[in-house]
Amino acid sequence: MIPGSFEYFSPQTLPEAVTLLQRYGEDAKVLAGGHSLIPLMKLRLAAPRYLVDLSRIDGLTYIRESEGFLRVGALTRHGDIETSDVIRSGYPLLADAARVIADPLVRNMGTVGGSLAHADPAGDWGAALLAAGAHVVATGPRGGRTIPLDEFFVGTFTTALQPDEILTEIGIPQSQKNSGGAYLKLERKVGDFAIAAVGVGLLLSSTGACEQVGIGLCNVGPTSLRAGQAEQVLRGKKPDDATIARAAETAATESDPADDLRGPADYKRDMVRVLTARALRLAVGRAKGGA
Amino acid sequence: MGNRVKITINGSVHEAEVEPRLLLVHFLREVVGLTGTHIGCDTTNCGACTVLLDGRAVKSCTMFAVQADGRTVMTVEGLAQNGQLHPIQEGFHQKHGLQCGFCTPGMMITAFALLQRVPNPTEEQIRWGISGNLCRCTGYVNIVAAIKDAADKMRGTPAPAGERS
Amino acid sequence: MAVAHGMGHSVKRKEDARFIRGKGNYIDDLKLPGMLYLDIVRSPYAHAKITAIRAEKALAIPGVLAVITGRDLDKYGLAWMPTLMSDRQMVLPIDTVLYQAQEVAAVLATQRYIAADGAAAVEVDYEPLPVVVDPKKALRPDAPVLREDREQKTNHIWHWEVGDRDATARALEQADVTVEEDLYIPRIHVASIETCGCVAQWDSVDGKLTLWMTTQAPHAIRTVVALVAGHLGLAEHKIRVVSPDIGGGFGGKVPVYPGYVVAVAASVLTGKPVKWIEDRMENIQADSFARDYHITAELGAKRDGTLTALRFKTIADHGAFDAAANPSKFPAGLFSICTGSYDFQSAFVEVDGAYTNKPPGGIAYRCSFRVTEASYAIERMADIMAHELKMDPAEFRLKNFIRPEAFPYKSPLGWTYDSGNYQGALKKAMEMIGYTALRREQAEKRTRGELMGIGISSFTEIVGAGPSHSFDILGLKMFDSAEIRVHPTGKAVARFGTKSQGQGHETTYAQVIAHELGIPEDDIAVEEGDTDTAPYGLGTYASRSTPVAAAAGAVAARKIRDKARKIAAHLLEASESDLEWERGKFFVKGSPQRAKTIQEIAFAAYTNHPQGLEAGLEAVAYYDPPNLTFPFGSYICVVDIDKGTGEVKIRRFVAVDDCGNIINPMIVEGQVHGGLTMGLAPALYEEITYDDDGNIRGGSFMDYLLPTSMETPRWETANTVTPSPHHPLGAKGVGESATVGAPAAIANAVIDAMWHLGVRHIDIPITPWKVWKVLRQNGVTE
Ligand SMILES: Cc1cc2nc3c(=O)[nH]c(=O)nc-3n(C[C@H](O)[C@H](O)[C@H](O)COP(=O)(O)OP(=O)(O)OC[C@H]3O[C@@H](n4cnc5c(N)ncnc54)[C@H](O)[C@@H]3O)c2cc1C
Ligand code: FES
Ligand code: FES
Repeated sequence: MIPGSFEYFSPQTLPEAVTLLQRYGEDAKVLAGGHSLIPLMKLRLAAPRYLVDLSRIDGLTYIRESEGFLRVGALTRHGDIETSDVIRSGYPLLADAARVIADPLVRNMGTVGGSLAHADPAGDWGAALLAAGAHVVATGPRGGRTIPLDEFFVGTFTTALQPDEILTEIGIPQSQKNSGGAYLKLERKVGDFAIAAVGVGLLLSSTGACEQVGIGLCNVGPTSLRAGQAEQVLRGKKPDDATIARAAETAATESDPADDLRGPADYKRDMVRVLTARALRLAVGRAKGGA
Repeated sequence: MGNRVKITINGSVHEAEVEPRLLLVHFLREVVGLTGTHIGCDTTNCGACTVLLDGRAVKSCTMFAVQADGRTVMTVEGLAQNGQLHPIQEGFHQKHGLQCGFCTPGMMITAFALLQRVPNPTEEQIRWGISGNLCRCTGYVNIVAAIKDAADKMRGTPAPAGERS
Repeated sequence: MAVAHGMGHSVKRKEDARFIRGKGNYIDDLKLPGMLYLDIVRSPYAHAKITAIRAEKALAIPGVLAVITGRDLDKYGLAWMPTLMSDRQMVLPIDTVLYQAQEVAAVLATQRYIAADGAAAVEVDYEPLPVVVDPKKALRPDAPVLREDREQKTNHIWHWEVGDRDATARALEQADVTVEEDLYIPRIHVASIETCGCVAQWDSVDGKLTLWMTTQAPHAIRTVVALVAGHLGLAEHKIRVVSPDIGGGFGGKVPVYPGYVVAVAASVLTGKPVKWIEDRMENIQADSFARDYHITAELGAKRDGTLTALRFKTIADHGAFDAAANPSKFPAGLFSICTGSYDFQSAFVEVDGAYTNKPPGGIAYRCSFRVTEASYAIERMADIMAHELKMDPAEFRLKNFIRPEAFPYKSPLGWTYDSGNYQGALKKAMEMIGYTALRREQAEKRTRGELMGIGISSFTEIVGAGPSHSFDILGLKMFDSAEIRVHPTGKAVARFGTKSQGQGHETTYAQVIAHELGIPEDDIAVEEGDTDTAPYGLGTYASRSTPVAAAAGAVAARKIRDKARKIAAHLLEASESDLEWERGKFFVKGSPQRAKTIQEIAFAAYTNHPQGLEAGLEAVAYYDPPNLTFPFGSYICVVDIDKGTGEVKIRRFVAVDDCGNIINPMIVEGQVHGGLTMGLAPALYEEITYDDDGNIRGGSFMDYLLPTSMETPRWETANTVTPSPHHPLGAKGVGESATVGAPAAIANAVIDAMWHLGVRHIDIPITPWKVWKVLRQNGVTE
């Protein structure tokens, strides 16, 4: 499988990259890890005339905590997140998600920014970061702007980014003492996109009630989904078995899966229920200081 | 529409004029003539094409040669040093970790990167580490044994020069 | 000093040296000066009329030299080619395509990338025609006839039956207990990690064609090429087929694919070498598939658990052309081994082949010709019967096995099993896995609502095709060959008609010769795959290399030993009958110091041979086996099922194999590991399906799910040894046993976990959603 021809640019700075995107508009594509774009080009399902490679721009790869947020540079690889000490010690939801994306070799190339920008409903970062209450920073000709992730996924493979904007950073509220999270993915085999996956991020109050909660659903709808009603079931309540069960059932009704080779829609919907309940239990355990 | 690239492969510098769309794997196999790196799929699933790029194991079928410009690549041909087999190569031979040999170069490169990071891996860590490389012949049991064997030998043995993890 | 290890030793593989250095010689590694590249345009439709092929845009691309169509090939009589199953197959279509991804046209260009651009630029107009994907519908009288080229206006290809229909019907009627089940064995693909390809080089001066190609059977290919293209002046002495290192074969590299033929035609046309390498999607979507059997299976038994009767009715989906690679007299392969390891009084089997709008095939994918289908069916049914009778599946098998003293055993479907000890293998497997304790654990778990299952498969294989009275492919008898030449310094070269694809022939054949002649393995170069040098043979598939070619090697070595005895007698001034052989040397009976080593004898064969005896020390053997061999084994699998998600986790898998005497235990174990993984794959993961329009689903590695290291369990293996009485080495062959035996063990374990809930059967692959569904239906949820 051989991709079609294109012209290649590897700008050294962000403004240069943005200028190129402005110049070529819809004919240009940003190249990050290339692990969604290049497979599409090899199948000739994508044939951009200009590729703007971000990999030589310094300062887009980092994981750091500042001003109440965990900040992750858009070019940070899945594998970097998987092995980061900051992530492993404070962000179990992200740590769980990072290690179940694709396979170790893909994780060495694929980037978190590329994954979000690609907006594949099967992308794990979409669901995980929705659950984490993330926002993204988009940089364009007019500078940077912050977009809550809730407003980012416009449709299947479409986002709120303008053609001349580059996603540069992902921000997540910094973890606290009583916060916990989990990401559970059901897959046909290791390395596969999810049959269904559920991310949960939560913060327990001193009384053990859910002060904040986010639930993200992967590959069970036209975009990554946030299970807002299920969150509502939990908010302010103690996450006991009955509440968890109710939230899980609600999340299932919020999903909108389709029949495909991964299984019929009713199966996937039920998997949202099963995984939500399991992820909630795991996250609560972690918030309470368990593993 | 040629772009010039300069890539250090197994310690020697290769310069060439390439089409931007030339995949790294084709650059290695056809421009440089290193045919040990194989192609087994179109969809980035098999890992037969695995090489080290600046010390990380990546699938060279899903990357353009221009992306590797100025970087360092190691292929299977770079494992042996001065005619001396690398312990990973020894391990695959001793433990019957290969049959048809087609997945083997990618498998060994992945193992190389894994052992740089985790010098004393458990069976589970090895299985996890090679889960992006498909083998149709061996059923993996002996590949796991081969990597374990290499790890045992390597602890205390320096890695080939010029590579970092 | 090099030593001769011989049989039974885990000699490390000689071939590894190049593979671990990245120095293998696979087809795509070959680069010839001036070489051109071929890329293929494929049909998006499963059934359509081609109304126009427009090449202008492709030809306008600099570097694109030609666009070849069926009409072009037709001028040379090459638009069709024979299959190995007395059918014919389009090389390139003249006006109709019969399956999605079928070859429609070929683009020849100076570079690989340009050929791909050319293929993308060829424009083809199609008129879609009605599509038939279900073979049962294909056989209905109102179904559209797919093969207009045939005289018979039907989609029915052939009917094949064996056994006593009436007696079996009576026995089933009289049985105390009968069970019946529909079993579908899905369409799967070998998916060796290397795809197929070739380089064709036509030398117009010599009139000689050299064809390097990914083939498991180079000699047969040479003959086929001579037969197909003889009218174009390609004669068999001017055709050289070379099979380089093969990156996995498993049966998928036996057939001739259109790409090969077009590459040859293109090379003859241009006088330049032409390379064709298919990509993975072409490989999965258009190359020969395997299995695709729809079986209705029935068993009858007495109340005490004694099996009495077996009846299998099967529809075989062959796609658009019957391009199976079975021996000619066996359109359903060796499916009639389906009475398996049990002693039935009566049995009857029938199979009907059907055409559908799917890629052609029905190849022997590591299954010795439909033995996987047979073995899966009988072992699934045996379990169903055992459960129905409320008997332990192990006890049920032990009761019904053919007794060790009954061998050679004549099966009701006509085979003569050479040797076996089925009880021994099963008991060993039960001991290894701790069967009794597992059953206890299962009972406890059941009280807690946990789902755990134990599955057994006690299969009988049938390999080593085959005796020339019954076995041929396109008339070529299925012997195999070996030629050994011992050089003056005692080193040897040995050539075989087979072709390793990872089985390690360079090592195991050397061991056989070392065993027979005492020449160290390191001193023996084994060569295969070049028709200009190797003796004629039918190739490597259906586990026939050990049963047939290794036997030929042993026979050839023994011929050399016979001659060596004469030379030794001459050198030792003794009579031949006074000499005794000990591996590597002849000595005079009673005075062991009066000895000549094989190396000394070899030297004498060229420097001091006795008068009246020809000089030299070499031999050729064509081995025609007197019977097939019947390897067997018992596998036990333990699974745990996640009630919430339906996921099946294999906790343990014990495989006890009996393949007779073993040449190299390390290699046998490796073959079993690989075979088990290829049995696991269709049991839980792999399947190719089609929608009603004939669109393939699962046509790339994204959806065709080869197990990774994470899905594959740590296989536990062991052997029992029951030698074959008729094989010169007592060996039987093992390359496919595990693929044949494993699927039923896994499926049986899954069903065993849920039988108490009322679950009788789930078709493989047993995916999480299928398990979830039956659990739901039976009221189980998390
Ligand atoms: C075999 C395989 C299995 C996979 N399995 C999974 C899986 O299980 N789960 C999962 O989540 N993903 C999976 N992926 C996808 C993988 O994670 C990709 O790496 C990721 O989705 C895209 O990241 P990238 O950096 O490679 O993006 P690229 O491929 O470089 O780009 C993807 C798209 O995003 C655009 N883009 C990239 N970066 C930016 C940016 N900073 N600003 C604006 N636009 C940008 C590009 O123009 C392009 O349209 C798999 C991929 C492969 C090949
Ligand atoms: S060739 Fe299969 S992953 Fe690269
Ligand atoms: S050894 Fe053949 S694919 Fe791994």
